[in-house]
Amino acid sequence: MPVARPAIRLAGQLLKGREMTDTVLGIRNVTRSFGPVRALRGINFDLKRGEIHAVAGENGAGKSTLMNIIDGILQPDSGEILIDGKPVRISSPAEAQRLGIGFVHQEIALCPDVSVAENIFMAATNRSRAFLMDAAGLHAKARDVLAQLSDIDPGILVRDLSISNQQLVEIAKALTLDCRILILDEPTAALTEREAQLLFGIMRKLASQGIAIIYISHRMVEIFENCDRVTVFRDGQYIRTDKVSETTPDEIVNAMVGRKIESLYPPKLQAPAGAAILQVEGLTDRRFQGVTFELRSGEILGVAGLIGAGRSEIMRGICRLEGKASGQVRLYGRVLSLQCYTDAIVEGIVYLSEDRKGDGLFLDLPIAANVSALNLGQVARAFGLIDKGAETRLAEGLGKKLGLKASGVGQKVSALSGGNQQKVALAKLLAIKPRVIFLDEPTRGVDVGAKAEIHRILRDLASEGVGILVISSELPELIGISDRVIVIADGRITGELPAEKLSEQAIMQLASNKGWQKQSA
Amino acid sequence: MIGMTTKSQGTMSGLFRAREAGLILIIAAIFVVMSFASPYFLTPENLLSMVKSFSVEAIVVIGMTILLISGGIDLSVGSVTALAMVIAGSLFLAGLDPWSASIIAIIACGAIGAIMGIMVTWIGLHHFIVSLGVMVIARGLCMLGTGGRPLGLFTLPPEFKWIGTGSVGPIPVVILIFLAFVLVFDFLLRRTTAFRKVVYTGSNPKAAAYSGVRTKKVIFLTTVLTSTLCGIAGVIYMARFGSAQPTFGIGMELNVIAAAVIGGASLSGGSGTILGAILGALLLAVVSSSLTLLDVSVYWQDIIRGSILLTAVTFDHYLVKRRG
Repeated sequence: MPVARPAIRLAGQLLKGREMTDTVLGIRNVTRSFGPVRALRGINFDLKRGEIHAVAGENGAGKSTLMNIIDGILQPDSGEILIDGKPVRISSPAEAQRLGIGFVHQEIALCPDVSVAENIFMAATNRSRAFLMDAAGLHAKARDVLAQLSDIDPGILVRDLSISNQQLVEIAKALTLDCRILILDEPTAALTEREAQLLFGIMRKLASQGIAIIYISHRMVEIFENCDRVTVFRDGQYIRTDKVSETTPDEIVNAMVGRKIESLYPPKLQAPAGAAILQVEGLTDRRFQGVTFELRSGEILGVAGLIGAGRSEIMRGICRLEGKASGQVRLYGRVLSLQCYTDAIVEGIVYLSEDRKGDGLFLDLPIAANVSALNLGQVARAFGLIDKGAETRLAEGLGKKLGLKASGVGQKVSALSGGNQQKVALAKLLAIKPRVIFLDEPTRGVDVGAKAEIHRILRDLASEGVGILVISSELPELIGISDRVIVIADGRITGELPAEKLSEQAIMQLASNKGWQKQSA
Repeated sequence: MIGMTTKSQGTMSGLFRAREAGLILIIAAIFVVMSFASPYFLTPENLLSMVKSFSVEAIVVIGMTILLISGGIDLSVGSVTALAMVIAGSLFLAGLDPWSASIIAIIACGAIGAIMGIMVTWIGLHHFIVSLGVMVIARGLCMLGTGGRPLGLFTLPPEFKWIGTGSVGPIPVVILIFLAFVLVFDFLLRRTTAFRKVVYTGSNPKAAAYSGVRTKKVIFLTTVLTSTLCGIAGVIYMARFGSAQPTFGIGMELNVIAAAVIGGASLSGGSGTILGAILGALLLAVVSSSLTLLDVSVYWQDIIRGSILLTAVTFDHYLVKRRG
């Protein structure tokens, strides 16, 4: 714990009169509607100088809308925004910048073909009156800013950086704006554990310099380890604000969901797992070597590893979605010779992409057309004619099974919430009655309620005898749902943990033993 | 809970129909206005010539629409159509019967599509650039093959010319061919698994690949299909004109793309209907015919056509934004 924060808090308590000026940002009764949808209904929110203030809430709770209002992207219908106690109108992101508000969006918005330095100083260059750009100066300044974050070369093109490094560049970019209020929207989603810890260190340093930080995250652990206060929104309404030291993760989760979640995770497998469904032996490709494991009937097998360890590559290699992996894959004892993903689908081996919007779904097509996509034969009659009725029934049946909330299967997928989109992606796989499902980050960007539902669905599928293999970067989730976890580092399986030995420390140790050596070398 | 009724399924297809209904309404409005403005407009002769004027091009519009849905585009349609005429015409003048000459020309166009398809899928070049190059090359081949002069095909047998100029009862054969193509492809696109894969590929190529669709194959085949349809159109034009014109179809690609886009196709792929595209083509033809009857200068016609396109896409943009 840094010393500076309690000091500021203490100062604030001593100088009661200064309390008002300590509030750098005040939101008073802000409302905002989109058509008939009331996204914000009279929100109140206070941000104090030098605090790290977590904002929690399910998707659709109104967090993003509020942040977009603070950043000037959206205008409130009514209500007041106070900066240093004075009402302001934030008409645009440029105006927000002028007021000292920096916003690191969840989605990376960098120019991929431009150097890191030029990206970091994009705003400064935009404001500059100079005719020529001073490349050397930019690089030197960028190096200074980046120095506190990581050792990224400012001259390198952004497209050549990993996603996590791109995220760090985004943060560096916000830091250069001399902001007093910094909004971080799920900044750790793409970061490895180590990079996330670095980021938290930086956040604390910034806070101790008096910068007020709004930190949006779904991850309770991060909130409780790094933030001072936490505010919960639900359905566009302000629910509560607590000091982190005076509340518990359960309280916050319950406040987010609005009902008590009995337990976040479904019960685990009681009996020992059944016969092997899938056996992988000596799988080797460019990104991984000698991968051997088996998936048994009834169990949920978790796959842990740092981002870039090769988890997804291995699973996609087995499905033949990419690469030409050598090695043996057996399904119920029978050796498979898959040539492409279509062969895998025929065998009932399917893969749920980690990037739902990028490669999991057809967003601008109706739900029904998405659900039938894996095998159109299932809804077709002779001569390849699609039977619309069969397609509708297929989607409706699976929608009901998964608890999909939609106005109808003719609705476009883009109109659904993240959780419901994920259910459509899942329905698409279930439509072909798969025997093995690889799920890559199945609950990423899905709110707490839907998350629990998806976990329950996975457990049900496993009990029905479908082979379930889950990749997740969120360790509590992995520990919560898996009956067994294999850990991957640097393209190899570095260990296997049975349910009773699962802990974040145990997983991280296995996940980092190789990766760390290599990275620090 | 899900209230998944067939009613909501209906609204979805209803949304698609809304665009087509809108186009029909606009076309009908022009009809009403024009029937007052010009006594010649509503005569059977004018109506027939109007439909005839775009019925062959409409076959190319069908190809372009399917290609746009798959996420591709083809700028070479005009010159490939002309090349089909030139190939078939030259072969005929060299002594081949017109039917065989036509089939060879259509296959040749399919082969051009195959080359483009290979460059797009295997090499990974962009449709726009590849077809731009082929557009210029095909036009060059037309000029090379004819010396830049039209080939007069005065000895074409009447039964061949019948395709382009004949009629069954009161209805010209070209219109019957056009109707057949529209009905068949509209049905195929809406109902068959093969064309659904085209929609998947255009909607989100990665998601399609992750659904087991062989997207490269799909893109290759749609590219071949478009060029083949150009070949068919070219041969019909030859039968209609009784000549092979190396300069035919300059600027056709813009008209064809405009028709498809007015009809609801998107350059980013995944959306569009045959019926819509044909209505788009009809709208352009009706406007052009009206303007001619009203003695508006050809130069103005271009300006108006372009404005219609921009109005349609602007309208679309707001419609989509409001819905989203």
